[in-house]
Amino acid sequence: MAEVVVQQGRVARTGTRKRGSLRNALGRKSTVAFFLTLPLILLIVLLVLYPAFYSVYLATLNKAMTKFVGLGNFTFLFKRETFWMVVKQSCIFAITAVVFKALIGFIVAHFVHNIPGKKQRKWRGMLLVPWVIPPAMSTLAWLWLFDPSYSAFNYTLSFFGVGPIPWLGDTFWARFSVILVNVWYGAPFFLIMYLAALKSVPDQLYEAAAIDGANWWQRIWYVTLPMMRNIIAITTLFSLIVTFANFDIVRILTSGGPLDTTHLFATWAFQVGIQSSDIPLGACVSLFMVPILAVAAIFILRDVTKRGNEA
Amino acid sequence: MSRKTLTRRQFVAATAMSSAALITAPYVRGAYAAGKLSIGFWDHWVPGANSASTELVNQWAAKEKVEVSIDYITSNNKKIELTAAAEAQAKSGHDILQMPSWWPHAYSENLEPLNDVMEPLIKQNGEVNGTVKYLGQSGGKWLAVPATPGSQIKGPCSRIDLMKKYAGIDVQEMYPAGSPPKADNWTLDTFLKAAEACQKGGFPFGIGLGETTDSVDTAGAIFQSFGAELVNAKGDITVKTDQVRQALEYYKKLIAFLPPDAPSWDDASNNKWLISGRGALIMNPPSAWAVAKRDAPQVAEQCWTHGCPAGPKGRFAPFLPYFWGVWSFGKNKEAAKSLLLHLSSPSSIEKFVAVSGGYDLPAYANMTTLKTWAEEGPPKGTLYHYPNPYNHQTLSIAASPAPPKIAQQIYFQATLTKMALRYSRGETMEQTLAWAEGECEGFMRS
Repeated sequence: MAEVVVQQGRVARTGTRKRGSLRNALGRKSTVAFFLTLPLILLIVLLVLYPAFYSVYLATLNKAMTKFVGLGNFTFLFKRETFWMVVKQSCIFAITAVVFKALIGFIVAHFVHNIPGKKQRKWRGMLLVPWVIPPAMSTLAWLWLFDPSYSAFNYTLSFFGVGPIPWLGDTFWARFSVILVNVWYGAPFFLIMYLAALKSVPDQLYEAAAIDGANWWQRIWYVTLPMMRNIIAITTLFSLIVTFANFDIVRILTSGGPLDTTHLFATWAFQVGIQSSDIPLGACVSLFMVPILAVAAIFILRDVTKRGNEA
Repeated sequence: MSRKTLTRRQFVAATAMSSAALITAPYVRGAYAAGKLSIGFWDHWVPGANSASTELVNQWAAKEKVEVSIDYITSNNKKIELTAAAEAQAKSGHDILQMPSWWPHAYSENLEPLNDVMEPLIKQNGEVNGTVKYLGQSGGKWLAVPATPGSQIKGPCSRIDLMKKYAGIDVQEMYPAGSPPKADNWTLDTFLKAAEACQKGGFPFGIGLGETTDSVDTAGAIFQSFGAELVNAKGDITVKTDQVRQALEYYKKLIAFLPPDAPSWDDASNNKWLISGRGALIMNPPSAWAVAKRDAPQVAEQCWTHGCPAGPKGRFAPFLPYFWGVWSFGKNKEAAKSLLLHLSSPSSIEKFVAVSGGYDLPAYANMTTLKTWAEEGPPKGTLYHYPNPYNHQTLSIAASPAPPKIAQQIYFQATLTKMALRYSRGETMEQTLAWAEGECEGFMRS
């Protein structure tokens, strides 16, 4: 009987310990954080991971989606002239657009940074407008500006004896137009990120540089840029991913024309997958963005980590 | 104010009595005893045209005691194609889905055979044209029923005054309202001369060279008029033929007289071209004219819709039918078939045509002389020849007679307009043909 009592006591103590550890676990900040982020994690699993794996599965099927063909769709794509054109165009589009967005964002961020307090808020708000308007809507306005027959740009240029320019009908101008609209839409994102980075650069560094006799360019090169390097890298990576995967601007402005010379991965995947009813090939085209972006991400993030460790 | 309270006992007793009454009550035929039916219709761009579909469906639903729900799905940005793809993948969705021309074949494995609907309809309304059979039938099985709403011929819509002034062609005399066409001289050569004359006069023909359907449909009709096929009915690639070469030569000459920005045109560009008064001819159903009636009446009263020019191998007009398909995984297939019979009855067709101002085209031979087309105006009779009442042209679709699953890709990749554009921009004939052959080889995937 005494044994039983002792054992019961032990059991009771173990139970208390278990309850205690559960309470401790639940009380831990990391557990609370996990539960708070759980809805978002579930959302990402449902809306990002599941479709991603499903598209990998689709990419391994034949056109009728009845047979497993392994990497057959990829080898088929590699033999297509249009596919390589799309790869080249996507790179031209993304790199050019990101470079210009970064450059314009950097310059304008400096201008805004130098505007005094109250006025700065107004300018910041106004300059963010292109980024706030849904791109499908603002691109429609651009379409009217570039319209083949009623282009407002051509109308204005006609007063100077220039044009009419086939904005969307000629390869060079069509590529120029889609990149221009992307830069217009995306530059405010760079602006706001760079502005935040600029504000976090300690004034003492500039003062020290001034005492050392650094001129305007040297202050930018030796103080501002090194202090903004991580923000620039991460912003560039983020923008590169988004720009590479762009769909709406090209779809609305040119639908990939003329002669497929403005197609990007996403627009061509749509044309092949949905319009031509070849969903596995469409999935393949869109998946091809992954290795390209993965390589870019590895290089950019490796650099950021390295600098983080140095710091 | 008095307030009656319900005790716990009263509540339990009332619940028990109601449950007992429900269980023991005899089955009463309800208002929707024949089940539910979910329909996805194309969202018509003619204001008020959707109401005809709603009225006809409700009329049928009341008679058959079916609970119906209708979604009007826009064709803008391929929403219908996206809906069809999603429903076919999920094996769930509407019972009836209206789909564009190529989709019955694309989803043939997921569609319920509709021979028992089409056979009585053909007996009742007359034979359907070859393009409807090509797109709607597979191995003797009807995959879908041709829908009147949205179906269209994209023939020429000419400016009476400009064609007379610059090209010396009286389109009203050539296609008189109420009588057969006198269009023997309306050939591709005449068309080319007229295009040149109107371009010189400052009113070029508004024919697109883009990748959207209007551009592709025109190219298809011109290629077919030369007998040019990229892939034949057996599925063999036939790009390097004299007929294809002739068609390309012709297109190169024509492109010289089209607006310089035609390669970037979409399906709205030609409409705007006509409505703004800048062009003498476009290839389009009467939607442009209908908008002009509202926005530019002085242009509308000079518009005349008529037949296509004839080439060495015949006179072909681009025809783009819509279809109503019934998913094989649908839950109420019998009700769906009954509704399709109702929507394809002569009175329903007449209603569709009337509310769309003559835009919608039935696919049946006996339904091409309805009074709407004779009476619409101004000018009166402008739509008389739109439905091809004298069968003087072959209604066709670009890339046919290639097997539909291959043709669909030629069509949506705009291979025909791209060939014409490549050749006109300085590529040699052989380079263009080799490129097209490579493209067609890629379309052979199964």
